[in-house]
Amino acid sequence: MTTADLFLWFFGGLIPLAGFAYWLAQSKAIAAESAHTARFHSRPSFFGWYSLIWLALPAMAVALLCSILQMFHIYQIPGPILLATALILGMAGLWFSLTHMQADFRARQAVEKVMRSLLLTAATISILTTIGIVLSVVFESIRFFQVIPIWDFITGTKWQPDTAFLIGAGRGGEGVAPPLFGSLPIFAGTFMITLIAMLVAVPIGLFAAIYMSEYASHNNRGRLKPLLEILAGIPTVVYGFFAAITVSPFIVNVAHAMGLEADYTNALAPGLIMGVMIIPFMSSLSDDVIRAVPQELRDGALALGTTKAETIRHIVLPAAFPGIVSAFLLAVSRAIGETMIVVMAAGLRPNLTANPLEGMTTVTVKIVEALTGDQEFDSAFTLSAFALGLVLLTLTLILNIISAMVVRKFRQRYA
Amino acid sequence: MHNKADNFLHQGVHPRKRKRERADARFHFYGLAAVSLALGFLVIFFIDIIGQALPAFHLTEVLVKVHYTEAVKSNYNKAIDHKLSRIVGRSWLRSLPMKIEANPALIGTEEELWIAADSRVDQYLKGHDGHGLKNKYRKIVDKMQQQGKVRDVFNWAFFQSGDSKLPESAGILAAAIGSLFTLLITMLVAVPIGVMTAIYLEEFATDNTFTRLVEVNINNLAAIPSILYGLLGLAIFINFMGVPRSSALAGGLTLALMTLPLIIIATRAALRAVPESIREAAFGLGASSLQVAWHHVLPLAMPGILTGSIIGLAQAMGETAPLIIVGMMAYIPDAPGSILEATTVLPAQIYTWSTESMRGYSERTAAGIMVLLTVLLSLNALAVKLRNRSEKNW
Repeated sequence: MTTADLFLWFFGGLIPLAGFAYWLAQSKAIAAESAHTARFHSRPSFFGWYSLIWLALPAMAVALLCSILQMFHIYQIPGPILLATALILGMAGLWFSLTHMQADFRARQAVEKVMRSLLLTAATISILTTIGIVLSVVFESIRFFQVIPIWDFITGTKWQPDTAFLIGAGRGGEGVAPPLFGSLPIFAGTFMITLIAMLVAVPIGLFAAIYMSEYASHNNRGRLKPLLEILAGIPTVVYGFFAAITVSPFIVNVAHAMGLEADYTNALAPGLIMGVMIIPFMSSLSDDVIRAVPQELRDGALALGTTKAETIRHIVLPAAFPGIVSAFLLAVSRAIGETMIVVMAAGLRPNLTANPLEGMTTVTVKIVEALTGDQEFDSAFTLSAFALGLVLLTLTLILNIISAMVVRKFRQRYA
Repeated sequence: MHNKADNFLHQGVHPRKRKRERADARFHFYGLAAVSLALGFLVIFFIDIIGQALPAFHLTEVLVKVHYTEAVKSNYNKAIDHKLSRIVGRSWLRSLPMKIEANPALIGTEEELWIAADSRVDQYLKGHDGHGLKNKYRKIVDKMQQQGKVRDVFNWAFFQSGDSKLPESAGILAAAIGSLFTLLITMLVAVPIGVMTAIYLEEFATDNTFTRLVEVNINNLAAIPSILYGLLGLAIFINFMGVPRSSALAGGLTLALMTLPLIIIATRAALRAVPESIREAAFGLGASSLQVAWHHVLPLAMPGILTGSIIGLAQAMGETAPLIIVGMMAYIPDAPGSILEATTVLPAQIYTWSTESMRGYSERTAAGIMVLLTVLLSLNALAVKLRNRSEKNW
């Protein structure tokens, strides 16, 4: 019996049985009430739910326990035995719940207690997700740093992992040069592309936000904002295609016309397109904070005779500054973690240079490169993806936390 | 126009005032320019993509005489004129032996058929650079064209077949079905958990450390790069839990975790928009807090929850990076039969095609993008429409 069959049998049996339990308990309660033998504390449907819970919870607990045992490779329980145990326990639960059907039994409270814990469990899943991300990245990174010293990883300027496969396979001999995992050029590439993206997104996004919040009429704003947000709704793989097929050759041609040399994998094309992608983040978040600046500040400034532009420059923007900084930080973290645009349009070769017309690579490109194709979790090359992921995670978390702190300051000022 | 000099405010405009007014106008112009730049890009982008995609929706067919003989069973090239073997699409040729096996009565007969041409012929006739068709075949094609043996038809194969190593028969069907499977799992996992979390946080949670931890955590998760969810999917779902690699289940679960914070945030906003008086009225009639949430708050917040869920799922549908990490970019020609089989999805298919060097794939990439964008933009339009229609002023 495969896992898929087991799932099918389990849920295929559980769902109708649960429905049956609900129907049985509810109709029993209705019958008892209409025969005036009992006046129950709770509505009949709550007795239905109560029986349903008593049927489903034990069965699901058994299934969960078995899958955990199997996941940790402790013991594998045969499928039919699992199904039989679940069925017996479920039926026992149903019988037990039906014995509770008495006049003063508080079925509603019991059901609500379970529902509440269900909601609480759902809320913990988001925490489990974070823990999962941190653990998955940290564990593999530790394995990576056992092979490659962390200092070499952070400060090395050469990324030459080609021989890691041989060493991982136990064939690293005298003649094999040690693989080099110096991540500096990779981070330099990431920051270069992020910088270009920000040079596009910040002025355009900020001025678009100012225009929408201060100049555009209410109707125009309602039309402009969804149009700009289309930019954020376009999948990144589409931007990547556009950057690689249209923008990159265009940049090469322009550079050539100006007598410059440009690679087809230059940093400018993905940077520019990433900037365009980030415009709506910048504009929407800034628009919100600019509109949150109290109208009295503007009225006061205008009453003193400043022009509209002066009011915005000297009064509104300084007041909204913390919010704009927070939007900027979120946009930066977005740019650092962006993957598809750089995978498709930036290069693969780590390159420590300040010339945006040369090909360079980023953290996310290297993660994708290490994890596509054959994965060998013994090889430092595959594990390097997790080390890079750890740095990426740390960077974005720091940016998010600073951004949240800044925006809280802003809220306190004008709440 | 009234005489400005009559007004004491305008008696001789001060040069500095004129400068300030010019600065004012300039500032206004910058704002307008920023918006126009962004929208201008959008227009250029769509024109470019549509321009590249349109050729993929029609393809060339050639009229060939097919001879069904015994020899075709072992060598399909014998079915047609030797000169045409590079002009006719190979996937059709390869299907010939099977066709004869299935219907032996065909042997000895011959017929004239319109067959999809090889991608190089197609590209040559569309006038694209880099079509890769050799000179001698070009002459044959030119001659066939003069004889009227070449025609242009709508490319149904693009919507009816999966990926292929031959551009002329590569389509998006398998990827579309894979996307559907993956999205279904994402929806089934993310929407209930997201809505339940939001209900807990908005309607039940007291302000304690745990609640605050969950809130900070959700905001952080929303800003974590999607590729890290791919690492999570690889390490936890695939390596630890043993979910099959490249399967819709692995991809769907990964995307579900990625979409979860978005759905939670949208649902919370929708729940918060329901006025407190509704809750108080229900409490006043003796409803428990669960009944208040379930019978009164949730139905009123439903349009907002739906909008948020649709936007979140649309985003998941366009996501590529985490799916590449969990292995959903393999060459998969057939639609998956179950959620445990290896699958590809639309964005991953677009990515795979974009890495192919043959010219015929390039236009199919753009066509795939057009299909994906159409679906995503309609989903978003639906969400906006739903939001506008249900917007209530309490």
